[in-house]
Amino acid sequence: MKKPITYILLIIGGLMFAYPFLWMISATFKPEIEIGTIGLWSSNFSLRSYAAVFQKIPIARAFLNSLFVSICVTFSVILFGSIVGYALSRLRFFGRDFLLGVILFTMVIPFQITLIPMYILMVKFGWVDSYIALIVPGMISAFGILLFRQFFMDIPQDLIDAAKIDGCNDLEILFKIIYPLSKPVIITVGIVSFMGSWNDVLWPLIVIRLQKLMTLPQMVTIFAVGGQADGQLGAQLAAATLLAVPIILVYAFFQRYFIESMATTGLKN
Amino acid sequence: MRNTRPSVIKNSSRTGYLMSLPYVLYFCLFIGFPIVFSFILIFHKWNVVTPMQWIGLRNFSRLFQDIQFFISIRNTLVFLVIHIPLQIIVALMLALLLNRKIKLKGFFRALYFLPVVVSGVVITILWQQLYAYETGLLNLLMTKLGITKIPWLINTNWAMPSIAIMATWKNVGLYIVLFLVGLQGIPRYLYEAAEIDGARSLQQFFHITLPALNSTIVLVVILSTIGGFSLFIEPFVMTGGGPMNSTLSAMLYIYNQAFYFGHMGYAATLGFFFAFIILMVVLIQKKFVERKD
Repeated sequence: MKKPITYILLIIGGLMFAYPFLWMISATFKPEIEIGTIGLWSSNFSLRSYAAVFQKIPIARAFLNSLFVSICVTFSVILFGSIVGYALSRLRFFGRDFLLGVILFTMVIPFQITLIPMYILMVKFGWVDSYIALIVPGMISAFGILLFRQFFMDIPQDLIDAAKIDGCNDLEILFKIIYPLSKPVIITVGIVSFMGSWNDVLWPLIVIRLQKLMTLPQMVTIFAVGGQADGQLGAQLAAATLLAVPIILVYAFFQRYFIESMATTGLKN
Repeated sequence: MRNTRPSVIKNSSRTGYLMSLPYVLYFCLFIGFPIVFSFILIFHKWNVVTPMQWIGLRNFSRLFQDIQFFISIRNTLVFLVIHIPLQIIVALMLALLLNRKIKLKGFFRALYFLPVVVSGVVITILWQQLYAYETGLLNLLMTKLGITKIPWLINTNWAMPSIAIMATWKNVGLYIVLFLVGLQGIPRYLYEAAEIDGARSLQQFFHITLPALNSTIVLVVILSTIGGFSLFIEPFVMTGGGPMNSTLSAMLYIYNQAFYFGHMGYAATLGFFFAFIILMVVLIQKKFVERKD
């Protein structure tokens, strides 16, 4: 195949992925009647759709809720993932391989089994309609533990022994010696768990009913489905754009890390 | 963590246990207990508010007579049957293009990957507009090109394929990257040898590239099967399962049983049964594809 044909195909592909997003963003500024057009331009751009969104739903609050929840989850997945991963890779204790087997096994269990009992657990704990229900069930991930374990296995034992002779305990070794060497795996686990938490919508729909505690994707979903948008396409698309833009901005700066992290996750599964 | 070091180099088991403790607690609470509890739930009728009521195997006899549930499973399978081959073909084609010596490779890769990072809710709201019959971008373009408009989301035969196309558009970036990793693992000399033997590029593709990508294809099939079985938010936002239940996915049906009707025991039974189907399908896929090897 000739080079120009390759480029033409790549550009057509690129347009197929980019144009819908551009169309969406332009539609949020168009008057309602012009949304059903192919082009991006309008003679009458305005912020009316965004005004409608901010007027009807507390979307700024939902943004902060999502940010808070995702940061807590990400931080915790990294912290506990690395601690357990360290124990599984650098410490010797009876039952270690069994524990590893259990963790691998949990990755095979479809979440459809645990979803309903998990909800009931939240009800019984009185956690429904609280941040705890959004954060605590996501605090540890089997996948995080396994990625840390694999990375830590390649760290030379001499380094750890030297630190032990200097009087470090295992937690100190983990945080002072190993953490500075582990940037790649921390970034991978961080991005994947942040994205998972930020984009999750099924679990919030189940455990959160109070509007002031809703996460951003949940609130946008309910806005679009629940009729609050009054059939205003512009407002629906504006809410969707507000949900998309933060992650697209972060992605624009760190796209290489995003792609590598998510590919690693896919390959390691 | 005070005196956990009896000697300097030898580590004690106690540190190991203490450091594993977070996971053990987490496992008991959020994995072990729910599994055991869901096993109890399937023999009960319960709406969370009133006391649980033992009903033996009646949830199962109800399940096997529940036509809607089997429709929802069929719909999910229809989704997979369209989504998976489409995903593999599109991902492979774009990966092959990106694997050539071209400029702006990183830019194109990043562009194709963009929908992967964006929330499914955004994609669904956006595509609902793209699919609109009179005013949607797709039908407007097709009218311009002189093609008859397609009743994307309003026709029972088109609705699920439409969702499958959208899901492919959303996820294909990830699979392009996985295929690129696979393609880069194929040694160059294989192609050089083939060229000396006079093999055309199409022959090279079928005799070198495709066999070498077998493990990547297995991975793509299994990942998109597992993802496809949890199809929920797309029909939830786009169609509510309609028209006439044609996009009612199994996950959406379980969600409705549990959180719309409050049938916890029955929903847990459905979840159990559905998880069993998922594991079966994935196992069969593994067997089937590995035998081909």
